[in-house]
Amino acid sequence: MENTKVIVGLGSCGIAAGGNKVYQKIKSLKEADNLTFTLDKTSCVGMCYREPLVEVIDDTGSYLYGEIDENRALEIINQHVVNQNPVKEYLVKSDLYPTPDEEFFQGQVKIALRDCGYINPERLEEYEARDGYRALKKIAADGIPRETIIQTILDSGLRGRGGGGFSTGMKWRFAYNQKSEEKFVICNADEGDPGAFMDRSLLEGDPHAVVEGMIIAAYAIGANGGVIYCRAEYPLAIQRLNIALKQARDKGYLGKDIAGIRGFNLDIHVKEGAGAFVCGEETALMASVEGKRGMPTKRPPFPAERGLWGKPTNINNVETYANVPWIINHGAASYAKYGTEKSKGTKVFALTGKINHGGLVEVPMGITIRDIIYKLGGGIAHGKKFKAVQLGGPSGGCIPEHLIDTPIDYDSVTATGAIMGSGGMVVMDETTCMVDMARFFLDFTQKESCGKCTFCRIGTKRMLEILTRICSGEGEEGDIEKLEELAYQIKDSSLCGLGQTAPNPVLTTIRYFRSEYEAHIRDRKCPAKSCKPLLTYEVIPDKCTGCMVCAKNCSVDAISGNRKEVHFIDQIKCIKCGICFTKCKFDAILVH
Amino acid sequence: MRVQRNEGPAFEAEAVGVSVDLGLLIPLIEKYKGKKGNLIPLLQGAQNLYGFIPQEAFKIISEHTGLKINEMYGVATFYAQFRLHPVGKHIIKVCHGTACHVQNATSITDSIEEALGVKDGQTTPDGFFTLESVACLGCCSLAPVMMIGEETFGKLTGKSAVQVIKEIKIRESAS
Repeated sequence: MENTKVIVGLGSCGIAAGGNKVYQKIKSLKEADNLTFTLDKTSCVGMCYREPLVEVIDDTGSYLYGEIDENRALEIINQHVVNQNPVKEYLVKSDLYPTPDEEFFQGQVKIALRDCGYINPERLEEYEARDGYRALKKIAADGIPRETIIQTILDSGLRGRGGGGFSTGMKWRFAYNQKSEEKFVICNADEGDPGAFMDRSLLEGDPHAVVEGMIIAAYAIGANGGVIYCRAEYPLAIQRLNIALKQARDKGYLGKDIAGIRGFNLDIHVKEGAGAFVCGEETALMASVEGKRGMPTKRPPFPAERGLWGKPTNINNVETYANVPWIINHGAASYAKYGTEKSKGTKVFALTGKINHGGLVEVPMGITIRDIIYKLGGGIAHGKKFKAVQLGGPSGGCIPEHLIDTPIDYDSVTATGAIMGSGGMVVMDETTCMVDMARFFLDFTQKESCGKCTFCRIGTKRMLEILTRICSGEGEEGDIEKLEELAYQIKDSSLCGLGQTAPNPVLTTIRYFRSEYEAHIRDRKCPAKSCKPLLTYEVIPDKCTGCMVCAKNCSVDAISGNRKEVHFIDQIKCIKCGICFTKCKFDAILVH
Repeated sequence: MRVQRNEGPAFEAEAVGVSVDLGLLIPLIEKYKGKKGNLIPLLQGAQNLYGFIPQEAFKIISEHTGLKINEMYGVATFYAQFRLHPVGKHIIKVCHGTACHVQNATSITDSIEEALGVKDGQTTPDGFFTLESVACLGCCSLAPVMMIGEETFGKLTGKSAVQVIKEIKIRESAS
C-alpha cells in the first residue's frame, strides 16, 4: 500500500461539488487505521460533470473514480486501496477497464492543460518534474537569442487565446522593436465572460505554466516588470498565483539575473480586479492597474508601443502564456501540426449548458461543433433536441443546428456571425428562448458599458428596452428593424470591443431565429415556453389526482387544494417558476 | 452582470450608529502609501476590514495619501465590487452567468426574493442576509449555483435554495 497514491480533485468545481468532505473522510480513514497510502490534492482535470473525482494510482496503473461521496470513498479505500480490488462501477477513466466516459477524453489534446489534474499546483517540484521551467533553463543554457524565441512563437502559429486571435509572435515582435529602459508583460486573467472558466482552472491547476510563459515573454521583449490582472471573483486562483510567484522568486526564476542570464531582471505581481467586465479590454485593464476608472482609450497607440505607465507593454491571455513553455520545449512545428492552416494548435473550451458531459476540454482547432457536442459532450441532456450553441460570450453569437458541422477555427466561426471568443461554449436546447438569450446578453453588456461612447451607453439601453418589451409580450411591428439599425450604429461608433461586439448576440439570433422574434411580437407567444410573462400555468382538472406534490413544492404557496381534490393555481401569487410542472407525475399542469 | 445596488449617497456610518474602528485603516495605508496605482488595493483593503467602505474611510485615506476624494469616489462607484453601504451578515450571491441562466437561475433569485421579502441588492431588515446577483462564479457544470460566504451550492431549485437559507438562519439563531 505504500506505493499507492490517492488524489482528490480540489479545484473550485470539485470543492463546490463536495470534494473537501471527501478529502476529510479519506484523511480520517487513513489516520484511524494508520493506512500507509499517500493522500494528496490536485486541481480540475476538466471532467466537471463527474465531480467529486478521486484518483487512485497503484502498481497496476491509474484509476479515476467519479461522483464520489463519503460513502463511496469508504468503499474505494476498503476495496481498492486496502484489498487491491478496483471498484469498477465508479470508474470514469482507467488504463485497464472500459468506462462509459471514454469519448470525453478521446479527441482531446492537452497542451495548455497538460498538468491540470496531474499535479498538486502548490508544489513547484511537481511542475518541474513534468518539464516545468525546462524551457526557461534551455533558453539560458543554450543562449537562445530573443529574435529566435520570437520567431519560434511566430512559426507555431499561436494566436491570442483570449478571443482576439491576434498573432502572438507579431505582438511580441512589436514590443521587442520598441526602445525603452522599462517594458512590461501583463497577463489578462480577468476572464469576464459568463460561462467561461478555462482561465480559472488553468490558474488554479497549473499557475507555474502561466508564470513561466510570462518570464519567457519578458525575456523575449526585454521587459523588467510584470503584472497578472486577475479578477477578484477567483480567490483560489489568486492564492495559488501568489504561492507560485513566491516559489519562483525563491528558486531564482524571478528576481535578478534570472536562470543565470546576466542582466535579465524581472518581478511579477498580482493585481486584483474589482468587478468590471470592461477591464478585460486591454486599455481599460491598464487604466485599472494604474488605479483609475477602467475606461478604454484610443488605439493607436497600441500597448506594445505605449502601454502601462506609458511604457511598451505586451498583454496576453492566460491560455496564450500557458502554451509558450510547451512550444519552446517541443518546437514550433509540433504545435503547428495541430489545427487548421490559419488556426494552429489547440483551444480550451468550457462546455456547459444543456449538455450531458459538461466540463473543460482542450481540442485541436478544426474539430467540428458536432463532434464536440455529440462525441466529447455526450449529446444533449434529457434527450432533448439541440437548438444552438453560444460561442464567445456576450461578444459572440449563437450558431444554429443547421451549421453544426462548422469547424471551430477563427475564420469559420467568424463567418457564421459569431466569434471564437475566449472559449465559453454554452449549449442550448428546444427549451431555450433565443430572444431571451439576446436580452440576457444585452442586459449584461448594458450594465458593464463604461459609458464613454454615446452609442454604446445609450444605444444598448434602448436595445435592451425593446428586447424586454418583446419578452414581456409588448413587442411592436418594426421592433426587429429598429434593433438591427441600432445594432449597426453601435458597432460602428464604439471605441472598444465591448460596444463593437455587444450587438452580436442580437444580430445572430435575428439572423437565424427571426421566426421566434416574430412569434413573440405578432402572436405574443414564446415557442420555447420560456418567457414567463407569456406563459400561464394551470391545473388540468381531468388529470389532477390531488396528490398535493405541486402544492408542497410551490415556494410561494400559490397552489391550493385538499388531498384527492382537484388543485387550483392562484394566478396572482404564481411566480411562474415552473416547479409544479416539473414535479407533477400525472401531466396535470398545462403550460401555455 | 453588474450587481443592482441601492446606491444613495455614501454612507456616514457614525451618523446611524454603525461603529467602525477607523484605526484599522492605518496599517493598510502604510502598506500602500506612495506606491503607484495604489487606489484600488486601498479601497479593496478598506472593504475587507468593514464589509463596505464608510464615508469616513474615504476622508482618512485621502488625508494620509493625498488622493483626491472625488477621484476615489469615481473609482469606487465604477467598479461593481465596492459597496458604500453596510451589508448583511451573510451575502447570498446567486450566479446569473450564461450557463446558470439557461438552467433557470432567474427562478432562484425570484424564490429567494419572495422568501426573504427583499429585492435583489437589498439587505433584510434584521441585517442577516444580503441578496446579490453576480455574473459568473465559474462552477457552470453545477448550474444553477449560489454562493453564501465561502460555500457554494449547486444544482439548485427555487425550493432548495430557500431551504438552504432557512437552515442557515435556524442554525445561527440557535447558537
